[in-house]
Amino acid sequence: MTATANAPAPHAQRRGVLGFNLLTAVILGVAGYWIAYALGGLIHGASIDSFDDTGQNDVQILLGYAGGVVGFLVGLGFANYPIKRTLGHPPNIPTHEVDEPGIGKYFRMTTDHKVISMQYFIGIGIFFFVGGLNAMLIRTELLSPTTHVFGANQYLTLVGMHGSMMMGMMTSGMLGPFANYLVPLLIGSRRMAFPRIEALTFWMLMAAGCVLVSTIFFGGFQTGWTGYEPLGAQGTAGYDAYLGFFALVSISMCLLGLNLAATIVTMRAPGMTWSRLPVFVWSVLATCVLMVLAAPMLTATLLMGVMDRTMYSGFFVPGLGGSAFLWENLFWVFGHPEVYVLAIPGFGIVLELLPVFARKPLWGYRLSVAGMMGVALFSFFVWQHHLFVSGIDADLRPFYMLSTEIISLPTGFTFLCVMGTLWRGRIRLTVPMLFCLAWAFNFLFGGISGVFNSDVPSDVTTHGSFFVMAHFHYTIMGGLIFSLFAAIYYWGPKMTGYKFSERLGKIHFWTMFISFNSTFGPLFAVGFLGMPRRVITYPMNLKALNDWVSISAFCLGLSLLFFLWILVKAVVFDREPAEQNPWHSKSIEWQLPTPIPAYDFAQIPTFSGDPYPYGEIAGGAAAGGSEPATVGAS
Amino acid sequence: MQTDQTNHFRRLAWIWFIATAILTPIVIFVLGPGLPPGNGTVQAAGQVTDNIVLMALSVPVAMAVLVTLAYEIWAFRERDLDGPVLEGPAITGNSSIQMWWLIITTSLVLFLAGFGSVRLLEDGSGGGQGPSPLVNPAGSKKALQVQVIAQQWEFTYRYPGYGGIETPNLVIPANTMVEFHVTSLDVVHSFWAYQLGVKADANPGIDNIAYVKTKAPMSFEVHCAELCGVWHGYMFDAGRVVSKADFATWIAKAQKTYGPAAKSLPPYSKTYFPSPVGRGG
Amino acid sequence: MVKRSLFVLTAALIAAVAITLYVVLYLTHVPDSARAAQTSAGTELYLATVPASEDSDPHPSWVSYYQTNIHDTNWQHKTTYILPANTLVHVTVYQYDGDSGLRNPFISQATGTVGGTFTLDGKTVQAIDPDTASHVFAVPQLGLSVPLQGVDDNAKNQCGNAPCTLSQAHQTITFTFRTGAKGLYRWQCFVPCAAGYIDGFGGPMQTVGYMDGFLKVV
Repeated sequence: MTATANAPAPHAQRRGVLGFNLLTAVILGVAGYWIAYALGGLIHGASIDSFDDTGQNDVQILLGYAGGVVGFLVGLGFANYPIKRTLGHPPNIPTHEVDEPGIGKYFRMTTDHKVISMQYFIGIGIFFFVGGLNAMLIRTELLSPTTHVFGANQYLTLVGMHGSMMMGMMTSGMLGPFANYLVPLLIGSRRMAFPRIEALTFWMLMAAGCVLVSTIFFGGFQTGWTGYEPLGAQGTAGYDAYLGFFALVSISMCLLGLNLAATIVTMRAPGMTWSRLPVFVWSVLATCVLMVLAAPMLTATLLMGVMDRTMYSGFFVPGLGGSAFLWENLFWVFGHPEVYVLAIPGFGIVLELLPVFARKPLWGYRLSVAGMMGVALFSFFVWQHHLFVSGIDADLRPFYMLSTEIISLPTGFTFLCVMGTLWRGRIRLTVPMLFCLAWAFNFLFGGISGVFNSDVPSDVTTHGSFFVMAHFHYTIMGGLIFSLFAAIYYWGPKMTGYKFSERLGKIHFWTMFISFNSTFGPLFAVGFLGMPRRVITYPMNLKALNDWVSISAFCLGLSLLFFLWILVKAVVFDREPAEQNPWHSKSIEWQLPTPIPAYDFAQIPTFSGDPYPYGEIAGGAAAGGSEPATVGAS
Repeated sequence: MQTDQTNHFRRLAWIWFIATAILTPIVIFVLGPGLPPGNGTVQAAGQVTDNIVLMALSVPVAMAVLVTLAYEIWAFRERDLDGPVLEGPAITGNSSIQMWWLIITTSLVLFLAGFGSVRLLEDGSGGGQGPSPLVNPAGSKKALQVQVIAQQWEFTYRYPGYGGIETPNLVIPANTMVEFHVTSLDVVHSFWAYQLGVKADANPGIDNIAYVKTKAPMSFEVHCAELCGVWHGYMFDAGRVVSKADFATWIAKAQKTYGPAAKSLPPYSKTYFPSPVGRGG
Repeated sequence: MVKRSLFVLTAALIAAVAITLYVVLYLTHVPDSARAAQTSAGTELYLATVPASEDSDPHPSWVSYYQTNIHDTNWQHKTTYILPANTLVHVTVYQYDGDSGLRNPFISQATGTVGGTFTLDGKTVQAIDPDTASHVFAVPQLGLSVPLQGVDDNAKNQCGNAPCTLSQAHQTITFTFRTGAKGLYRWQCFVPCAAGYIDGFGGPMQTVGYMDGFLKVV
């Protein structure tokens, strides 16, 4: 455990309450909002006289958001380095991360990838909780076939916030906490390629979440997470929050993707060849391709939406010479790759964990990599399956049917690798393993129901109904969230340093698995029976099914709250130190001490041999060569 | 390592075969006829066929994965988690299984895409096809034209062949090819007549054509299936398919009732462009 | 241990308060409801439509419906109206707003009223010129739709913000309709009267409590 001893003494720096930290950031953020808001009030050109009638000045509000975000980031200290360099000071990047006791580091901009990943975990967790609460409120409303709890505006705002929160914030739900933490470790690097950008992506995402929640002060937005125009252009100022939120998310996504891709490409340790790259790192790389290429599309689309609202540019307003199809196409060119941004890291987690718990090498390493890369590339060629009945020219419908169904081939590779890895293994049904197996179960139904949506004749009925909604909840909630919990139970002890209760974890798993299927399974039927999405009323004959779903959804919510209790119990109350390698993993991060020292490796490791050296050859010798060379370094 | 002589693969194949052999007929013959959107029109019945085929094909696929996973968990589970960590065999792949998997899934996918395309090209499947339809099913030349005008938040229907009258309810004759022209006056809506098997987005300034061949008289629901604002959930009404004689009676009466109002309507057109800028009061 | 428990308890408390606030912020924002008057003439509902809400409203520039009384005094910003089931309801609307014109001229005729007509300043009519429509009182679930003609642009003494008085330029529209079974029925306006918004259908047209509301039939 001499990793930290070798590091140079911490640069003595007084960090008081008034330094660059979250408190300062919030103060400057609020100040920035009001300053920009006041300035925006001066912009009131003749061409946008409608602001008088509507009683809202979108220029002011959007500038206010921009000012608030800038103030927030300046308060965290993101401007310090560029300003110092501009003034001619030498760079003062810390060459060594040093351990800093206490929890203060979590409320500041930091360049330690492990601290940032914990920030991501908590930060995204909070917004996941808010998004989940929205879902509970939606299901409360749907207990009855008519309006009974919320007004129609509030209901649609809840629907939109739930969707945006989950589709926006959760794009980094897996990569934020786990890729930031694990990618440098798994490839034998001590940091990310751009540590300050890594911190920037996190804090921008937090600012984005606050922008989205602020919509409730401006009348909410009635468009759902897809924000279809020209309905968006009609919206009150609450829609500005939607635009601002997704713009920030898209920038954050793009930067996160660039940063991770640069890290994986350039910062691998000696011996970490492409064919030795752990499959989780491959999944991150595939996701990065999607994020870097798709997210800028969203930024541009939202910018056009902002121009429509502030300058009457009319990109998306047919009466002003624009087209509603333009938004639909631009949005889904981003939107379809985006759902794979959510799904692919889940593939990586499951394939990474299975060898550990089946005690076998990963079955079909190349096939699994090809699968994830294939999904990533094909996902750019399927977006018009969201527009099968939209009224755009129908000639390409057979093509999009084909391309959409082809994407199930690389997805199938992942399933084959899952089944192959388990074959004749010695399967240890621990909590992370249970979540991995549940992933396979849920994603299978998500995938099969997707085929119904890709088939145009079948999609005519299922499009825009609860069937689609059940489909993507099976892939995203059943895929991403279940694999996320697998990752939490697996790496949580390493990241926090405390043991998680296996017994309580199993209770959490079973309640979550059953209530998840009980919630979303019947929704396939609800959709088949003709209930459109995002409605506040529904026919009386669907009441029984909807009530069943709502009650199951509340159980699902309780199950997630129970997880929160497990986490708090482990980290705050029990504080039982975790073992260094409780899962007997042969991966490099488990060979490091728990918790991992700030500077990660005392020496840069050298890799050799198979990334999954589990299992024994018939003769009895261990397969796959030696274990990573770092083991002795600590 | 203990040597396991059981032929797991053969055992698994048998379980899969039996499960598939039992479940597929159940899905086709028990679940199948109940699948949406019912037998109300030719297009709706066509969608049911598609749904049955997809369901039937997904049974062997789902069983292949589920049975394998269940079998693996049952047969290869480590029963003693507290004992020493025992390693499994170091199998890293099997190229012939991978090849067969690729061949089978590819053929399935190509079949599905081909099947779906053929089904789509047969009768348009009731989906909105835009202003220049890819599929013009037989009889579409003489189809009854009905315009669906969506606006926030109700549908109205216009019959260009009957003096361009506009009505608040949709009534169409039985055993007739109907050509819906779906358009919107403001934002994007979606005209979804569930029992007819028709869904077509209503876009401002766009004429979205969907064909449907009705069968026997029945009543059906119309819902908006694209989020269109605050009353989206309330944007529904009911329509009827009636016999040809009843339709003639109904349309004559409607012409009398709504004829005067039709004079103030703009001349029939595929799309309408009301001013996008509200004047306000 | 005590310190830690206190920390968790405080954090949980803060979270609970924040969440409750968040939920309450939503739940409390339900537009007020008003009961129809029961007079010797039966059930009567008096409404008024104005070009802009009162100055103290969160959205003083938005058009809105108000509930009032026969003398057009006692104005209340209420858009949920409680009515008895299966009863004839006599509705009087004092219309103070200018014309906007309909997006779909079809809605310029009255449907669903008793006799299929309504009175406009005392005259019985079936339809109006679609370009002169200022608002529509429509309950789609009941098939009820009555166009409300706008005040002439050149009229003198026009009303600005609510409340208005009968001495100001207005139109009086009356009609009678039968409420259906018990339940919640939504009503809306069909004229693109939300000035400044694209299609005239944003803001007050998309917010329950201005140009949208409910009939609570009990």
